[in-house]
Amino acid sequence: MHVHKLEKIWLTFGGLMLAAFLVVLTINAFAMGNTPPSDLQQIDPTKVDQTPPFDKPGLVKISENEYDLNMIGYAFGYTPALVEIPKGATVHFHVTSRDVMHGFEVAGTDVNMMLTPGLVNSVTKTFNDVGSFLILCNEYCGTGHQIMAAHLVVK
Amino acid sequence: MSTRSIDRRSAEMSLAYVLTAFFFFGIGALAGLLQGLVRGGVITLPEWINYYQILTAHGVLMGLVFTTFFIVGFFYAGMAKTITLPKLSVKLGWLGWVVMFFGTVMAVATISTGEASVMYTFYAPLKASPWFYIGSTLLVIGSWIAGAGMTYAYTQWRKQNTNQRSPLFTFMVMATLVLWYVATLGVAAEMLFQLIPWSFGWTDTVNVVLSRMLFWFFGHPLVYFWLMPAYAAWYNCVPKIIGGKIFSDSLARVVFILFILLSIPVGFHHQLTEAGISEKWKIVHVALTLGVVLPSMMTAFSSFATFEAVGRAKGARGVFGFFKKLPYGDVRFFAPFMGMLFFIPAGIGGIINTSNQMNVVVHNTIWVTGHFHITVGAAVALTFFGIAYWLIPSLMGRQLTKGAHRAGIIQTLFWTVGMLIMSGAMHFMGLLGVPRRTDYTTYMDDPLGLSWMKYETLMAIGGVLLFISAVLMICNAIYLWKFAPVGETEFPMAENSLEVRQQTPRILENWKVWIAILAFLILVSYGYPIYDAIVHAPPGAPGMKTW
Repeated sequence: MHVHKLEKIWLTFGGLMLAAFLVVLTINAFAMGNTPPSDLQQIDPTKVDQTPPFDKPGLVKISENEYDLNMIGYAFGYTPALVEIPKGATVHFHVTSRDVMHGFEVAGTDVNMMLTPGLVNSVTKTFNDVGSFLILCNEYCGTGHQIMAAHLVVK
Repeated sequence: MSTRSIDRRSAEMSLAYVLTAFFFFGIGALAGLLQGLVRGGVITLPEWINYYQILTAHGVLMGLVFTTFFIVGFFYAGMAKTITLPKLSVKLGWLGWVVMFFGTVMAVATISTGEASVMYTFYAPLKASPWFYIGSTLLVIGSWIAGAGMTYAYTQWRKQNTNQRSPLFTFMVMATLVLWYVATLGVAAEMLFQLIPWSFGWTDTVNVVLSRMLFWFFGHPLVYFWLMPAYAAWYNCVPKIIGGKIFSDSLARVVFILFILLSIPVGFHHQLTEAGISEKWKIVHVALTLGVVLPSMMTAFSSFATFEAVGRAKGARGVFGFFKKLPYGDVRFFAPFMGMLFFIPAGIGGIINTSNQMNVVVHNTIWVTGHFHITVGAAVALTFFGIAYWLIPSLMGRQLTKGAHRAGIIQTLFWTVGMLIMSGAMHFMGLLGVPRRTDYTTYMDDPLGLSWMKYETLMAIGGVLLFISAVLMICNAIYLWKFAPVGETEFPMAENSLEVRQQTPRILENWKVWIAILAFLILVSYGYPIYDAIVHAPPGAPGMKTW
């Protein structure tokens, strides 16, 4: 099988790029801890409101300026719909759905994950700037999908 | 005198597919126009129609129906041209058409009555009418029947031509079919074992994690099912149109084999931000996905190598002088060439989407919508338009007139500019965090939501240009089908001599080897996750109709 000399160079270049990408992605994910949200914790979607911690959704302080934020997504909103945190707070989001698939996106940040009924999904973020963040659903969930939103205020 | 490029029976059957494709394309384009205008804040829909209903119609008709009908028609015609079709193949072709058409009508009917506003991804536990799922399944089964007709033609040819490599186009058809049969097993399993029994009420809940794995087992190779026919045109038809040759027979086959191997065991890169799949399995799929870089770069190389060779033969000088010698006035070249240019940023976008960490920035934002509008909506669609301009008159025994060329160039320009504006706006908005698949909204006048509106309007303007182009395309197709002067149009198919083909390694056409390797890769990447999703299933989710 004949391969043109220039094509060999071109494909070597492509292969090296590919290897470089994979090394960067893997190191960043597993050595630096930037893996995508991949929580494996299960929950009965029909009993979310009775299952701790989602029976009392909201902010739980776990140490100095570090919080667990337990939220529920539903058609069409989030509980709680307004959360206030102090500047510099590290927030561990734990969110689940009690009906269909939803999205959970803090617009303008890299907090972005899917909410699957039957599972809890989690992500951590430190908020160093004051302001009001829009949390929105980015997975189609029904007629009211476009109004499914909440706010996170950093003071 | 009217001369068809292939025999009448094959031509009529192929044409039925191509024309049906454009019929549903027209309805899909209208739905696209409406949703662009609504989201851009230009119009509001009447009470009796819902945004998500037309969004579902647009996705199903463009992504599943237009593409599948066109691909089957083009493939049958190309096989008739390269190896001829036995009678049984033509019969299976017609049977496949009937089943596909019936399934499409069923699905469209349930969408129209508001029983199936679940998008073309139909994510459970959104629960549509069972007839939507059955209709979609019939669309797939119809394509299997059509595929059986092609496979029969191929095996007959192989029997009569032992020890010969098949013509490149036919090889590419078979490679695409291997991919399609394996990939659709995932969605067929989801439909038959999960969604259909559940939507009839025979089961109470659905295993959502499993349904999503099965869907994306199919969902990613689906994009290669769209792309490989476009590549088949780039490798076989475009070189002939510009007066060039196939750059390399064997490397072209390697590209298609790599697509078979690397497009199925990679579905988790669509599910990177999901719970229930561990990050370790995700990186396995990410690594295999990125492997597609190689066949893509090989295709880019051989396409431009062909262009350069043609340009130099016409006296082009300098490194890039050959670009001046290409036949931009020929719509058969111009449309797919624009598609190829779109595929350069589209490929880069694809690498971004699949990269673990960058994905969280764009996942489910309208960036993704922008991405597949420049892949399937531009690279593939423009290539299909370019094919239609010669295929329809060639099958009818009519002439592709100079006027039709000019109308085609204008149509291509409208599509190109419209898509640049619309997809450009979508990509930009996605980086700001604007979600995809969302009705007009300012999020209760949230300052951020309000700040996005100007770009949404820009997107709507692009959508209007695209709709104008779609109407032009349909007018051109009807003209070439019924009204163009009777005569002859070339069926451009660059063919390598048998001598060249025989130098291609025999193993490339040994399907058993490649299917075995594919099965191994699937077992490695999906075996344990699917087993785990069944054995350690999360509590089932009851179905809901939230629209």
